[in-house]
Amino acid sequence: MIKFIKYSFFNLIRSYWTIIYFVFFLIISSTILYFSADLTKSIVSMMNIVTVLIPLVAIIFGAIFYYNSREFTELLLAQPIKRSSLLIGQYTGLSLSLSLSFVAGVSIPFLTQGILASDHLIDFLLILMAGVCLSFSMSAIAFAIALKHEDRIRGFSIALFIWFFLAILYDGLLLILLILFKDYPTDYLAITVTILNPVDLSRVMIMLGLDISALMGQTSAVFLKFFGTLKGISISFISLLCWILIPALLIVKIARKKDF
Amino acid sequence: MIKRIIIYSTLFLSTSLNASVLEVGQSKSYQSISVAITYAGPGDTVMVYKGHYSEGTIEIKIPIVLIGISNPVLDGENKYSILQVLADNVVIKGFTFKDVGASYVEERAAIRIFKRTHCIIEANNLENTFFGIYLERCRDCIIRNNTIIGKAVSEMNSGNAIHLWYCKNILVIGNHVEGHRDGIYLEFVDNSTVKNNYVVDNLRYGLHFMFSDNDLYLNNKFVSNGAGVAVMFSKTIRMTGNEFSDNWGSSSYGLLLKDISDSEITLNHFISNTIGIYGEGVIRTNITSNDFIRNGWALKILGSCTDNHINRNNFLSNTFDVATNSSRNNNDYDGNFWSDNSGRYDLNKDGISDIPYRPVTLFSYMILNIHSATILMRSLLVDIFNYAEKIAPVITPSNLLDNKPKMKIIDND
Repeated sequence: MIKFIKYSFFNLIRSYWTIIYFVFFLIISSTILYFSADLTKSIVSMMNIVTVLIPLVAIIFGAIFYYNSREFTELLLAQPIKRSSLLIGQYTGLSLSLSLSFVAGVSIPFLTQGILASDHLIDFLLILMAGVCLSFSMSAIAFAIALKHEDRIRGFSIALFIWFFLAILYDGLLLILLILFKDYPTDYLAITVTILNPVDLSRVMIMLGLDISALMGQTSAVFLKFFGTLKGISISFISLLCWILIPALLIVKIARKKDF
Repeated sequence: MIKRIIIYSTLFLSTSLNASVLEVGQSKSYQSISVAITYAGPGDTVMVYKGHYSEGTIEIKIPIVLIGISNPVLDGENKYSILQVLADNVVIKGFTFKDVGASYVEERAAIRIFKRTHCIIEANNLENTFFGIYLERCRDCIIRNNTIIGKAVSEMNSGNAIHLWYCKNILVIGNHVEGHRDGIYLEFVDNSTVKNNYVVDNLRYGLHFMFSDNDLYLNNKFVSNGAGVAVMFSKTIRMTGNEFSDNWGSSSYGLLLKDISDSEITLNHFISNTIGIYGEGVIRTNITSNDFIRNGWALKILGSCTDNHINRNNFLSNTFDVATNSSRNNNDYDGNFWSDNSGRYDLNKDGISDIPYRPVTLFSYMILNIHSATILMRSLLVDIFNYAEKIAPVITPSNLLDNKPKMKIIDND
């Protein structure tokens, strides 16, 4: 399996798309840093990019990668190797290269702006962590979808819908839920629903560091209390891990039954 | 200023005409302060030398000058009020007061003045005094350069550092106030000045105004108090050059205004507060040339506020710039700088953006009604909602806008 990871990783980091992805992050973080005078604002803009764009790119790129390498995968599977180790290897290599492009593309401009010495270092690290987690989880979902559906159009539509659901629709549903139950204490409902969505969870974890003065007000102190404790942090972390592990297991399961 | 000169000169005259000096100390003619005071005549000076004096409550019934040489300690032994002033023109200077002790029955204080005028309390250290300096029905007094540090744990059993009740023409200047219920408390206090004080870590309010008119407070610093500064039921208050910072908490404000009219709030800095200014029933007040930096809400102005002018302020990196609960607006928000105003452009180069700016977002309106929706802050959906509402306001007040938003940060200093 290590061999597959290595192979697809090195294959990918030499590909155009990874380099474009890297250059994209390089340009966008430099622009953000250049145009917003204050570091807090640039972290906020980065957060929007991380929670919206990374899932989109990871899910689309994951599907493209699988569909494009399908023939080659079939050829390899003709050899005496395990299906699961080949596919998981490919998936891990893909996620690693996506994460690397992201981390490198964002870190270079921020490091030159002296993020290490500023008091936003923790927020920045959280953004990196959230970006990496989202890359891993979304490309796993993409792989599982592409594996399940031979038809490219169908696969892409489902992948896009999942992104749309997690990034936008989910918040709308949560909002409707909160409006419906506004006469009841809905703090823990909001927390539970948020934890179940990796995009929302990453957003909230980054936001807690940034908007601390707003969050201290009103009932929102509950959120801070929850996400600030060891229990809250570990639950969030477990949820993020589940969003990586469950799709990865799904890949293995589908691959085992699939008739290539 | 003239008033101050009069105070000084009357004091100077009264002490210099027939001044005799009584000395208190271990090797001096008097060993006890209370004994020395009984022998003192009006206008005499009592010099107290270094030492530890626990004499219960000391009453001053004649106008004298009480001076501590190298910080003698007056100890309340956790049982007594320390100095009770019952005469005009008393000066108390250079002492350390300690351990007055909390009481649920009486309002014990280190220095208590009742119904007197022209007293000066200067350069004292107050440690662990329940109420620090307590003035009741006094006029023309000065409280200057004192350090008052308490150990308040809960609001129930703690007192105020400087407590003024029914007073006039009081000058509170250059004090360091820490660890009490309210830092400086003024109730029914008119024509007074609170200046250059440093008020930090108090449980309730740093400065608390109730029913006090025509007061001025300037260049004070209020840091991490339980709930910032409160000005209630007062009129013609001027607040200038103060700094309100790090007042965090579920009901915490930099400045709480309740039923205030005809006041001026200028050149203040509001930094990292949960709410910069919270206004309820604020009328004809000018909020001009202030800086609001990294607050949760810079301004929370409720529908009961009318005819206020909010001009030439800087709103920098606040989570929400303005929040309101009303669908109508009766205040003027023109000519501020908003760092969130991303769509600004200026074709005629007059420094004013060509399109108006709406500081109230739909989301800030939403979370006033549904608190737990805060968790959706900064999500893509909320951004889309805010943008749609900005283009065609339906729920937020359509006339709450800055018609002349500035292009660049305003230099207020």
